[in-house]
Amino acid sequence: MLATNFRGPRRVRVDHKPEPEIRHPQDAIVRVTRACICGSDLHLYNGSVPDTRIGSTFGHETVGYVEEVGADVQNLKAGDHVLVPFNIACGKCVFCKQELYGNCHESNPQSTAVGGIFGYSHTAGGYDGGQAEYVRVPYADVGPMIVPEWMDEDTAVMLTDVTPTGYQAAEMGGIQKGDTVVVFGAGPVGIMAARCAWLFGAGRVIVIDHIDYRLDFAEKWCPAEVYNYDTDLHGNVVQFMKETTGWIGADVCIDAVGAEATGRIEQTLLGKQMHLTGGAATALQWAINSARKGGVISVVGVYGPVGALVPVGNIVNKGLTLRANQASVKRLLPRLIEHVQNGILTPKDLITHHIPLEDAGDGYKMFSAKLDNIIKPVLVPPTAQMSSTVH
Amino acid sequence: MENLEQQTDNTPTFKAPPVKGWGIDADRENDPTYPIKEHTRTEHDGYSWDRPPQQQPEMEVLHSTERPNLAATFGETIPPAGLSGMIRRAAFKNDEDSYSHWVPLILADRVQMVECLVTDLATGHVPNLWKELGYGAEWKYNKKGLITKLAIFGGIAVGVGFLLTRRSGDSSSEA
Repeated sequence: MLATNFRGPRRVRVDHKPEPEIRHPQDAIVRVTRACICGSDLHLYNGSVPDTRIGSTFGHETVGYVEEVGADVQNLKAGDHVLVPFNIACGKCVFCKQELYGNCHESNPQSTAVGGIFGYSHTAGGYDGGQAEYVRVPYADVGPMIVPEWMDEDTAVMLTDVTPTGYQAAEMGGIQKGDTVVVFGAGPVGIMAARCAWLFGAGRVIVIDHIDYRLDFAEKWCPAEVYNYDTDLHGNVVQFMKETTGWIGADVCIDAVGAEATGRIEQTLLGKQMHLTGGAATALQWAINSARKGGVISVVGVYGPVGALVPVGNIVNKGLTLRANQASVKRLLPRLIEHVQNGILTPKDLITHHIPLEDAGDGYKMFSAKLDNIIKPVLVPPTAQMSSTVH
Repeated sequence: MENLEQQTDNTPTFKAPPVKGWGIDADRENDPTYPIKEHTRTEHDGYSWDRPPQQQPEMEVLHSTERPNLAATFGETIPPAGLSGMIRRAAFKNDEDSYSHWVPLILADRVQMVECLVTDLATGHVPNLWKELGYGAEWKYNKKGLITKLAIFGGIAVGVGFLLTRRSGDSSSEA
């Protein structure tokens, strides 16, 4: 089968690899019809995640059709159309029992800090991902959900990560009616978080980034106040946030950027260039310093496993609450599907590019370098029938 | 003090913005000071759950020192091998709290990149770097940037080549 094949930092090719096999009685094999490139895939692409072995197939946002199921699978059968959450979750451990499906204890032997994630290095379990024609899906009775008949492929694939992660970012903010919410990062997750902040009753939503075309999109789609931290704020983000909130600070700050942030030279140097910290924590630093006393910081940006430069003293002195997690996709799906069905969320609007799987190297370059006004790219394997134009 | 006016939902001056779905998921109890977690004894009982069947490893699978066993399932994609594998095995002797776990893993990733490049070339597979690096897309959408980048790399390569040639010329004249 065709599959992406990581060859080292910023090198991805598409090769023929053996098709996946059932390795566990609760596995399923899914024929992929759509697989997104996620902003967090760029951490892998740039070589920032430890134990990203050469030959890995990336991809944790997948929809497709079940080809085969293991002996113990009860809820799925061959031919079912499924969307596959990015978390691999057993459904039985103490964390899954509390609906913390992003923190499963039975899906990743390599690291206790992170649950299993498709195509996200051996640090996240060593599973191959969905940027391929086929993918092995463990615990098939737990994670995958049958795609409702009325739902199209592009909407379904956006429910595997982007939409739940953005929604949970807003949810973790504990937004109360009328709150001022600031979202750092106008990538797909940041845009979704800003949109969802309204659902929780935000009174004002602000998005900060430095990519104008993404800010323009966020301004109209979320909708939100948008500011380019370079050209509008000249780097004085925190000063601006204080000023625009009556010198108090924002009630809720959301970090939707993670390790690849730009904006502060020491963070970039230590976190992105030298890999001495768990990533450039610029967005998190701005979030902490922009929040009001007693405010909430919600983190969905992905960082590496070692320490990062953040102003911990300010968290203490301001009495901030820091909430963070990988999204618990399965927990959130029923509510999100309701919102999609009722037209409250239209996540496929964020998809700007359908790219043939064979051109994955181009897709990664375009997404990484923000070429051609890209917001969300979706890879389409040759075996999948195209339902929309390939850009 | 506009922000103070927005602190609570019973502020009479607050007007809901005209956004579809506004407030539909508002939850007064989802306040960080509110204990949203259901507190039970289960987490104190450790490995008390009915574990899923254990996947049997068919290749070497490293596991964290911070857990006693393999998880019930795991990926079996790329076993540790070669020099990079030796580094990975050494790294997994240290716990996840330690730089001596993570830094060697990054080193192993880079070593394996070279190992795989050598394997590629030894098996007659010359990597198509233009495609792997996505330069086709960059040529299409950012021609100027790509040309600048290639010119800088080319300039550096020519400069280094020139210096090396000059140095070797100097040493041969000294000899």
